[in-house]
Amino acid sequence: MKKFINNISQLSRGILGLAVGLMLAIPASAETLTVYTAVEAEDLKRYAAAFNEDHPDIKIRWVRDSTGIVTAKLLAEKNNPRADIIWGLAATSLMLLQSEGMLQPYAPKGLGKLDSKFRDSANPPSWTGMDAWIAAVCVNTVEAKRYNLPTPTSWMDLTDPVYKGHLVMPNPNSSGTGFLDVSSWLQIFGERGGWQFMDNLHKNIAWYTHSGSKPCKQAARGETPIGISFAFRGAKSKAAGAPLEIVLPKEGVGWDMEATAIMKGTKKLSAAQTLADWSITKKANILYNKGYAVVAYPGVAKPVKYFPAGIQEAMIDNDFEFAAVNRRRILKEWQKRYDAKSEAK
Amino acid sequence: MSESKQTYLSIENLTKHFGEFVAVRELSLEIYDGEFICFLGPSGCGKTTLLRAIAGLDPQSSGSITQAGKNISNLPPAERDFGIVFQSYALFPNLTVFQNIAYGLENQRLPKAEIRKRVTDLLELVGMPEQTAKYPAQLSGGEQQRVALSRALATSPGLLLLDEPLSALDARVRAALRQEIRALHDRLGVTTILVTHDQEEALSMADRIVVMNHGRIEQVGTPEEIYSTPASPFVADFIGVMNFMYGEISSSGTVRIGNNSIECETVNIPEGRKVRLTVRPEDILCRADSASDQSVSANSFSVKVESLEFLGSFCRLILSGPEGFGKLKADLSTQQVHDLKVIPDVTLTAEFPSRNLRIFPESS
Amino acid sequence: MSSVATLPASTASVRIRISKDDILLRTGLVLLIGLLLLAVVFPLYTLLSKSFEDRDGEFVGLQNFREYFETPALFTSITNSLGVAISVALIVLVLAFVYAYALTRTKMPFRGLFRGIALIPILAPSLLAAISLIYWFGNQGVLKSWLFGASIYGPIGVIMASCFWVFPHALMILITALSTADARLYEAAEALRTPKWRVFWTVTLPGAKYGILSTGFIVFTLVITDFGVPKVIGGRFNVLATDVYKQVVGQQNFEMGAVVSLVLLLPALVAFIADRWVQRKQVAMLSARAVPFQPKSDPLRDRLLFVFCSIIAFIFIAMLAMAAYASFVTFWPYNLSLTLNNYDFDLMDGGGWEAYYNSIRLAIYCAVFGSGLIFLGSYLVEKARGVTWLRTILHLGAMLPLAVPGLVLGIAYIFFFNHPDNPLGFLYGTMGILVICTIVHFYTVSHLTCLTALKQLDPEFEAVSLSLKTPVWRTFRKVSLPVCLPSLLDVASYLFLNAMTTVSAVVFLYSPETMLASVAVLNMDDAGDIAPAAAMALMIVYTSAIFRMFHSLLVRTLNRRTQVWRQK
Repeated sequence: MKKFINNISQLSRGILGLAVGLMLAIPASAETLTVYTAVEAEDLKRYAAAFNEDHPDIKIRWVRDSTGIVTAKLLAEKNNPRADIIWGLAATSLMLLQSEGMLQPYAPKGLGKLDSKFRDSANPPSWTGMDAWIAAVCVNTVEAKRYNLPTPTSWMDLTDPVYKGHLVMPNPNSSGTGFLDVSSWLQIFGERGGWQFMDNLHKNIAWYTHSGSKPCKQAARGETPIGISFAFRGAKSKAAGAPLEIVLPKEGVGWDMEATAIMKGTKKLSAAQTLADWSITKKANILYNKGYAVVAYPGVAKPVKYFPAGIQEAMIDNDFEFAAVNRRRILKEWQKRYDAKSEAK
Repeated sequence: MSESKQTYLSIENLTKHFGEFVAVRELSLEIYDGEFICFLGPSGCGKTTLLRAIAGLDPQSSGSITQAGKNISNLPPAERDFGIVFQSYALFPNLTVFQNIAYGLENQRLPKAEIRKRVTDLLELVGMPEQTAKYPAQLSGGEQQRVALSRALATSPGLLLLDEPLSALDARVRAALRQEIRALHDRLGVTTILVTHDQEEALSMADRIVVMNHGRIEQVGTPEEIYSTPASPFVADFIGVMNFMYGEISSSGTVRIGNNSIECETVNIPEGRKVRLTVRPEDILCRADSASDQSVSANSFSVKVESLEFLGSFCRLILSGPEGFGKLKADLSTQQVHDLKVIPDVTLTAEFPSRNLRIFPESS
Repeated sequence: MSSVATLPASTASVRIRISKDDILLRTGLVLLIGLLLLAVVFPLYTLLSKSFEDRDGEFVGLQNFREYFETPALFTSITNSLGVAISVALIVLVLAFVYAYALTRTKMPFRGLFRGIALIPILAPSLLAAISLIYWFGNQGVLKSWLFGASIYGPIGVIMASCFWVFPHALMILITALSTADARLYEAAEALRTPKWRVFWTVTLPGAKYGILSTGFIVFTLVITDFGVPKVIGGRFNVLATDVYKQVVGQQNFEMGAVVSLVLLLPALVAFIADRWVQRKQVAMLSARAVPFQPKSDPLRDRLLFVFCSIIAFIFIAMLAMAAYASFVTFWPYNLSLTLNNYDFDLMDGGGWEAYYNSIRLAIYCAVFGSGLIFLGSYLVEKARGVTWLRTILHLGAMLPLAVPGLVLGIAYIFFFNHPDNPLGFLYGTMGILVICTIVHFYTVSHLTCLTALKQLDPEFEAVSLSLKTPVWRTFRKVSLPVCLPSLLDVASYLFLNAMTTVSAVVFLYSPETMLASVAVLNMDDAGDIAPAAAMALMIVYTSAIFRMFHSLLVRTLNRRTQVWRQK
């Protein structure tokens, strides 16, 4: 018995040491940047690895979630910020943070080389763009055939009662894709027309998802015939073998930029600036192009497999200012109208 | 016990209350060096509370305790000098007999050999020399209590506290252990306090008995004194079996019960005072009923046998006496019952000898 | 009768000098009370105060509540939550009662096996059932047609999945309730020639009454506070728990989250109080002199119950097997070839294999520190001398977590530990806070287990030790701890399994370094990666199962080595 107790106490001492060690180990390395991002998880490793090829001394600690969540998290942490830099979050979200005075303006080295659309117009800019991601409709051809659904060609088509219960879209409150959809519809159809459209669309929606890629992934699996998602996700699922057709509605599609911004008050400003500098290099943009058809650095973009043709033309002339300024109001209105109900009216 | 004995433990004005409930009330008591004393009383009388106060386990609310000349009132239990045995034995179930007994010794940092010797000696003393490696669950109740006793004695305490140690055992083992504990005490001479609700246990083991009721001492005395001269109706009733008769003093030396008078020592109790008369069942003398024989003794009355109970060596008769006497119990030897041909509904003459009657004035 | 009379006049009250032991125990009490204050009371207080504040931390009174109660969504959520919780409670109660009856009161064959199968869900996160149901009855489900056109996404799916994961919780209580029967009652009934159905209604059911009520309350609380299941399979069916998640995680609207979690605390609190009341009644019912009931065989009844149990057990295995199969399928439903790709978590959105290792780490820390701490706490509650009020406070503190649903606790932790002025803020985002939160979340049941074990020790051990001048820690180490070791291991195992499978509290507290497997399941499902989610859920099941086996092996070895004294 005594021996056993001794063993136990040795074991617990070991575990205690381990635990303390673990807890201390995290904040130990000095040059670790806390980077908030909404970039797809599978890309983050590549980003960090490429960055570390040039800057091995700066470690990246990712905090990843959906656009809406990262935005909300940053806002919630306003008084006690934990992020040093944001790398890969919707520009509309960054503009919101900018208006809250949470961003540190900085002109990264080589800013001049970027497409001027892909930067904050102020000087120095509060954020710099990386790439654009674009709304699209993922249609599962097998399921569409099974339910006799015509392939939609426009947003308006989707309000046809034939699609009732066959549509899935992201909840704009949590998903950046969801939000860019909603804000684009309000721009395309106008404030009244937009809500009218969504009222009709809502009747057809089977459920709203938390993340922007889920509708397309569910369409890919045939769990729903049609998912409103984004083109990049559709291309990837199609490449994985899903029977998908990626539709760009003819009214035009909403889009948003992913962008980089330094948090005001970061204790690691110079490291954050190094990352911001690197984030607009050609090398970085080549990396962005692996998943995004449109990138900030002119001349880098190469065609992405299965990416729908004519996407540049389909992109609406997005009013980011409108989207950012009205973000809270739009989301609240949306929640009031659609989040509430459990049964389609 | 003789008065020349030295006081070992003295309790003064001790009170213990739990909230509003007073468990022990202003109690004072002297316990002599080397004596075997019993706290006897019904459950809830405060005897265990008193014991636990002496041990310091449930400290008294007020009053003081002095042990071997040292005021221990404020000492935590670990700094007092006592060994204790509980009804539940409280043996450590995961330790062997040896480890249990050695438990207190190990703490004194004694050499291993010495501990071994002490444990073996103690086990021999309680008659269990070969059982060192067994676990408590493998022992009988009596054996467990012997081990508990050895454990309490191992550190040679100046005071041994026994809290109903025999109550959980069956009758046969209990009787045997009574003698063993008493013999052990006589051999070691350790001052011992036994708490019990069993009067037989107290009568057979103690040098002195402290009879307690409602947190107070009713009587302190030798078993003999307690039995034959109870100081209060409570003691009279609690110890042994007792008949009570209710009446009033009609004149000095005479008590009227119903229409009958009975002669007895009335110890200056004023006339007209209501009193209780007591008599033990074995002190009632029964004879065959003969009307002519009334003159033999003034305290003889005609009684009717209601029922009789065979109790081995003797029989207990339930008698209905003259008016006012109520139901009485009388013990007769089996031989007498046979001789008198006692059966229910037979009428006998019962004599209440004056010297065996005790009188208690009723509180007005 | 002077016993309850006025107190004696002498007021010179005696104070026993405090011994080193007492100082040690009291320090321990104070420390543990302090810990529970920090880990339970303060966070809950912060949560409460947060619900009265606006986004900028200004006090706004009942404004948030007003706003919340004016949302039309609310009443739908409340009725949905209550409806689901009550339905599940009723369904599970009936099924688990019959199952438990078959296990405890009959001679049905394979009782041990059936018992084992029914406990499987305990090894899995609640999400597993929901994921599996999607494969069975989803739009691409194998048995979709069985639903006659109804959708699994909604109340049907939520109720089915909830029944699955709460079943073992209900079963365990009912087995205990039905095992404590007094055979003499049945003998008496038989002697009076009572028909069997009447014996059932007049003896069996009343005997298990409190167990049944208790089960109802516990199932109700588990379901109403779980959000994993409704989140995965609820579709557009909103319940209170998902509302909280949406408010806090989806919109980072913490004030509103605080409001909803307080609303959610209410039914949980009611169920908790009712359950405590029932438990108290139950204690009074148990008689120490009961003669254990020995079931007799009854071929017809046993055969019927065997069929019933087989169906339930088959469903359980089917649930697990489908998730296991689906986790190996390349691309459901279009490419059914098998692959290990779904286990390549490092390529998924959900924390990768690191999340899995984190979960194991968390489970080990919880098992080791949690069981130690909780045992110490229950020891102090049971054994510290004097200072009854301190012990009562600690005991109440230990009971409190049972009334607090995991997600309420998680949100309370965000407020408390992420507050800029909290010196404990360094814990936020670390493994430390996950360990603390998980231990606290499962504190009460562990505390009660330890307390029960300690209560079986003779209360006079400490008195004996004192008389033998032995310091209290020595008796703790030499006697209390070894004697209670089996219970302690049970608690460690309970904490381990729960730490592996829990989602509700930790989902609000993980950071990228401390992503957990159970949360990864949720997140992967969220991202639409349902097959990897199933794969990760199964990794949890496998790990828990291996741990269980290891635990019973350890217990058996230990019993042989250290518990020999239990044998007569």
